[in-house]
Amino acid sequence: MLDSAISIFTSGRNMARLGEGLLITMRISLSAVGLSIILGIPAGLLMASKSKFWRFVLRFYLEFIRIMPILVLLFFFYYSLSKIFQINLPATFVSIFVFTLWGTAEMADLVRGAVTSLPKHQWESGRALGLREAKLNMYVIVPQAVRRLLPGVINLTTRMIKTTPFVFFINIPDLVKVAQQIVELAGMRNNLASVWVYGCIFLIYFAICYPISLFSTYLEKIWQT
Amino acid sequence: MKKSDQAILKVTDLHKQFDQTEVLKGIDLDVYPGEVIVIVGPSGCGKSTFLRCLNGLEPINSGRVELNGQVITAPGTDWSLIRQKIGMVFQNYELFPHLNVMDNILLGPTKVQGRKKSEAKAEAESWLERVDLLEKAQAYPRQLSGGQKQRVAIVRALCMSPEVMLFDEVTASLDPEMVREVLDVMLNLAKGGLTMLIVTHEMAFAKAVADRVIFMDQGYVIETNTPEAFFNNPNTERARKFLNIFQFEGVHKVQ
Ligand SMILES: Nc1ncnc2c1ncn2[C@@H]1O[C@H](COP(=O)(O)OP(=O)(O)OP(=O)(O)O)[C@@H](O)[C@H]1O
Ligand SMILES: [Mg+2]
Repeated sequence: MLDSAISIFTSGRNMARLGEGLLITMRISLSAVGLSIILGIPAGLLMASKSKFWRFVLRFYLEFIRIMPILVLLFFFYYSLSKIFQINLPATFVSIFVFTLWGTAEMADLVRGAVTSLPKHQWESGRALGLREAKLNMYVIVPQAVRRLLPGVINLTTRMIKTTPFVFFINIPDLVKVAQQIVELAGMRNNLASVWVYGCIFLIYFAICYPISLFSTYLEKIWQT
Repeated sequence: MKKSDQAILKVTDLHKQFDQTEVLKGIDLDVYPGEVIVIVGPSGCGKSTFLRCLNGLEPINSGRVELNGQVITAPGTDWSLIRQKIGMVFQNYELFPHLNVMDNILLGPTKVQGRKKSEAKAEAESWLERVDLLEKAQAYPRQLSGGQKQRVAIVRALCMSPEVMLFDEVTASLDPEMVREVLDVMLNLAKGGLTMLIVTHEMAFAKAVADRVIFMDQGYVIETNTPEAFFNNPNTERARKFLNIFQFEGVHKVQ
């Protein structure tokens, strides 16, 4: 029985292909998370600001993205846009774009929540000590907001990693897509193939996401406020 | 009263409104160096707002405030500089939760005043010693009791070497058994000659610490008096009524 497992992973380039699939999964999700954090912070600060205009625009954007299934966004940007504008957008680009669209909305909401949840007297006692706005933000507000942000960002990261398999539908050979191809091929000779291959995928996702959540628990502990 | 020649703080006809409602309706007050002024009055009469106008946390609508002869309510005031001279401690525990006690205290002296850390730390330690909290220097606010937090907040303000200190009901959120330790610190500061404006509902403390008592109601100063006169025999009917709230009729009438 174990032989059947070993033969799948050793035959052909199967192992290497799984590795490549994993790289694609990680590249898409981490690029999207990185971009979402960069874009989401200013967006979130605007959502927490006094500007009615920005609050309305960003709130609308957030709600819109939230009700839209990711798959619809992927198909829309991959198939429809290329038809309309007669351009072929590379699938990886489209997927990073779509996931960033989603991640930025979520990140902005996290930043907004972190900043507005700080008690008002944190600003006041800082000011009462003579701190000017820049230093007040640097030493008092941002460090506390980051601590409040952390669980949400970690959660967003693992959700992003877990959602990338959707790129399967626009033919990107991510981890899950590769696994499926291997199972299809090996499954003709080996009826346990799906167990071994998907079991392996299972462990890989666990091995990626679990340390991330352990890390966040650790940070929360040392930052406990 | 320790009146020396010039008022350290001079408030003239101060008006303040929120939206359409006027909360301070023309306050006049001179505070002399070393003086302890206690402000009392019913809830919502504008005591907190008055203190907050003095260090620019609230902009005022008209009138003026002078610190050592300099008008600080004029446009273009550098409030950062003024707030280093007028310290304030609030009712809510307002320590920074992500910094330990020592870093809370050092933030102002090092980042605002640009003082050397070693020198500021030595001063902080001597203050912590005086309020009996030296062993808590490395503790985080969440590890302190309410009374300890307020004592740290007071030390944090004092380490800026303010000329005037504002205290806004600093014991109002404390459990009764912790009120005393905080009031004792303030009594000692008063004895040390610090100029203070104190808003409090602790009448026994007010009587003990005040050089002058200010009674406010509905945005006006109704009565200014010595603590003895104010608490034993106030001049105004409204002050009398206010003080009655703090009295209890005996249930068992003694003949
Ligand atoms: N930011 C604000 N916006 C609008 N109204 C305010 C604001 N702050 C205070 N007020 C109002 O101004 C009045 C005076 O408030 P203030 O907090 O100065 O009273 P106080 O004398 O300190 O009362 P307390 O003893 O309850 O602390 C109240 O009627 C209050 O509702
Ligand atoms: Mg008040």
